[in-house]
Amino acid sequence: MRELSLNVMDIAQNSISAGASLITVTVEEDLGGDTLSISISDNGRGMTPEQVEHVTDPFFTTRTTRSVGLGVPLFKMEAEMTGGSFGIQSELGVGTTTWAVFKPSSVDMIPLGDINDTISMLVLCNPDLDFVFQRKLVTHQGEQREFALKTTELREALGGDVPLNAPDVTLWIKEYLTENTAELSGIQPEG
Amino acid sequence: MTINDLAQACCWKLLAGEDGIDNLVDGCYVGDLLSWVMGRAQSGNVWLTVMGNLNAIAVAALADTSGIVLCEDAALDQDAKKRADMQGIPVFSCPENLYQTAIKVYEQL
Repeated sequence: MRELSLNVMDIAQNSISAGASLITVTVEEDLGGDTLSISISDNGRGMTPEQVEHVTDPFFTTRTTRSVGLGVPLFKMEAEMTGGSFGIQSELGVGTTTWAVFKPSSVDMIPLGDINDTISMLVLCNPDLDFVFQRKLVTHQGEQREFALKTTELREALGGDVPLNAPDVTLWIKEYLTENTAELSGIQPEG
Repeated sequence: MTINDLAQACCWKLLAGEDGIDNLVDGCYVGDLLSWVMGRAQSGNVWLTVMGNLNAIAVAALADTSGIVLCEDAALDQDAKKRADMQGIPVFSCPENLYQTAIKVYEQL
């Protein structure tokens, strides 16, 4: 995909199709170690070992009724093209975790893109599901910074009457993500 | 014209997918970023690329392109070759680069 955040969207859609009620997206950058790790973890119905074995085969996936498509094969290829790695772990009835490690200094690195927009969209379009979004950064000096968005906490704070796709909530999520991302990268948010 | 006629005129070498050599070609698409090509290459296009892996065969199948030409003698993976044969997606190779190959295609179509 032209942005890794679109891969995240695609794989999160797989989780939703698998009946997940909680999806955790983690984006971890290690500036000194030259890695960008992305993982998508869900509590959906999971896959059999045979399905896991074939999930990176685009033909296996496009031929079945499961809505996986080329998303996983491309995610794997994009990570490996940078000299990184890919993995998937799944258990029936427990859930699936898909992860990829990228080497951002590689010439074949695809930009992360607007991950905050992806997360906002996921919450907006699936107000009944819960999401955890974790963003971590290890600076060149080895300092660790992180923030998280947890819709369960947000739901609790809203008191149950306000849905997560209410316009004010969507706006708040966007601002929260923007401000925290800026703080993470050490940039002062505008305005 | 068929992709076989086009291949003969352009001196491309058939690597796989012989069953599909009578596919008709009425256009051309050039690109290497598979997800980009997936949403843009049109049915009936001959697709010029340097990506000879299994995912490229899947993109060709999804986009219903007439066939693939691997320019600059880019390699076709073994499992990609097998799948192209199974799916009847013709894959050719040629030494020219994407630009030179696109010009040849333009002259023929």
